[in-house]
Amino acid sequence: MSSGSAARKFDPRPSRPKHSTISGMEIAECYGPGDHAGQIGEPGKYPFTRGVYPTMYRTKPWTMRQFAGFGSASDTNERFKYLLAHGGGGLSTAFDMPTLMGYDADHPRAEGEVGREGVAVSTIEDMETLFAGIRLDEVTTSMTVNCSASILLAMYLVVAERKGCDWKKLGGTIQNDMFKEFIAQKEWICPPEPALRIVTDMIEFCTREVPRWHPVSVSGYHIREAGSTAVQELAFTLADGIGYVQAAVERGLDPDEFGPRISFFFNVHNDFLEEIAKIRAARRLWARIMRERFGAKTDRACLLRTHAQTSGVSLTAQQPLNNVVRVTVQALAAVLAGVQSLHTNSLDETLALPSEEAVTVALRTQQILAEESGIVNTVDPFGGSYAMEALTDRMEREAEEYIRRIDEMGGIVRAIEVGYPQAEIADAAYAFQQATDADEYITVGVNGYEMEEARRLEILKIDLSVERDQRARVSAFKARRNAQEVAARIQAVRDAAIDGTNLMPPIVAAVREGVTVGEISDVYREVFGVYEDPATI
Amino acid sequence: MSESVLRILVAKPGLDGHDRGAKIIARALRDAGFEVIYTGLHQTPEMIAETAVQEDVDCVGLSILSGAHMTLFPRILDLLKSKGVGEIPVFGGGIIPEEDIEELKKLGIREVFTPGASTKDIVDWIRSNIEPR
Repeated sequence: MSSGSAARKFDPRPSRPKHSTISGMEIAECYGPGDHAGQIGEPGKYPFTRGVYPTMYRTKPWTMRQFAGFGSASDTNERFKYLLAHGGGGLSTAFDMPTLMGYDADHPRAEGEVGREGVAVSTIEDMETLFAGIRLDEVTTSMTVNCSASILLAMYLVVAERKGCDWKKLGGTIQNDMFKEFIAQKEWICPPEPALRIVTDMIEFCTREVPRWHPVSVSGYHIREAGSTAVQELAFTLADGIGYVQAAVERGLDPDEFGPRISFFFNVHNDFLEEIAKIRAARRLWARIMRERFGAKTDRACLLRTHAQTSGVSLTAQQPLNNVVRVTVQALAAVLAGVQSLHTNSLDETLALPSEEAVTVALRTQQILAEESGIVNTVDPFGGSYAMEALTDRMEREAEEYIRRIDEMGGIVRAIEVGYPQAEIADAAYAFQQATDADEYITVGVNGYEMEEARRLEILKIDLSVERDQRARVSAFKARRNAQEVAARIQAVRDAAIDGTNLMPPIVAAVREGVTVGEISDVYREVFGVYEDPATI
Repeated sequence: MSESVLRILVAKPGLDGHDRGAKIIARALRDAGFEVIYTGLHQTPEMIAETAVQEDVDCVGLSILSGAHMTLFPRILDLLKSKGVGEIPVFGGGIIPEEDIEELKKLGIREVFTPGASTKDIVDWIRSNIEPR
């Protein structure tokens, strides 16, 4: 760490021999008309560099979607209602680790983890409590869950059914991006091949039965948080998207039909211009991929619509109020990049799950941008800027190079199996740490501008009683069921897993009968096997 | 201090997949000249204690970001004791609130590093606190 006593003054020269972005991309002193290709296009028109809609936020404001989940289903249900009452536009569910990894709360591996990193959902009863009193045909819901996504989606559908909501009217997103799990977030049950089969089953099922649902949210967020550069985030995310579209096309689905339901999720990190360029480049690249690689005829299938979240890793435990400023800068980049929905992180997230006060400031940050800053008045205000267009071109070019390499390996599944994206990210993360340790990259309050501080934020605490109560609830629920019926429903899921028919109908039937997240995940573990971390350093 | 190379187990207990920190620390310790064994993700306390014994390590570093540290860290300490290797020093890192750090130290975790710690801080701490067993 640099010396805390000597006052530091911003001086770009010694610490930054190269003027580069946080990703190490060198930036020119000044850009001019010769630095970009020149074809910028128009908002709402292919290839959508300037935005997916012609009028953008004038007619379609972004959704302020704050990710929430902790403790029991009723705790989170209260937070949901609080967010909706304070102007949040949609729900976004964070599940706890056991739910995300396919273990019920009463499993030994769940010990110590229940309700800690998100809300605990093991049973259909938990899911009903989570959404109690909320009209599912009036809000859209996002669920961040991947290897157990098929089960949680089935539970959501059954809850909707019991509330009398037509599946055809349900809008929302389930993350369900298994490729980025293997690459970055690392929550998994079975290996990549069967994982892709489950995702494809869900795309097929939703296209038919839940047409307004987004069955996959192709996510760069976690890739970036794991330490990738901006270009790697862009490239690996689109390569993952290619993998899903390819699998769905091979299943016989029409890209014009399911294409519009594939959505995206990007990180917005600290480097302001680089982040805006990344999302502009993502739209252009994806449009071309859908049209040129997959032959999509409609513009709708070529649209990259995206959620964004400010960067968790950029926040500091030191001088935590500074995080509000970081989040504001990042959120501003997201809006200037034209995202469709946004989560702003809370200032206390390096310490624990956010408190209600911190969540409110985060939501207000978005409201201030929307109501007070004036940036919603005009579409893509950076369009035509020499620097922005040059950076957009460059992000596109460098990402295409990665995608070409992955194609040469035989596609994303092969690339993951040989550990290629994982190794690229680990190298970038290590390089960034070294740059930080050498004070080549300064984080305010961490390796520059440090000060003695009494660090006492009021943080959210999850009482151990949450785990005890949840375990008891799950055990009692299991004991109440018709054991014979439960066994038959589990067998039907096993049969589909083995014979290759779509898994979703038997999973929906199973959760309706009370089969749990852990029990269906056990079928996956048994039939498909368990993926092991290659544990490379 | 002895010249023999320290063997360090970097372990990832719990269900969360946040291995950025663990892998950076593992690599930094290796670059600093230590022998490093990395367990990979999703390890149970039993697996970690078993690996510590099998690999005959001089010290164990635990990384956790799921909030389950108050359950899993003490469990690992207990298991090491029950295997007769309670003297192996254990340190930790991750998203761990200050009050919990005090508590964990009372329970026998030697040091806890939180976000913002540099790899040099950790290497220096090991050099001055850990000796070959």
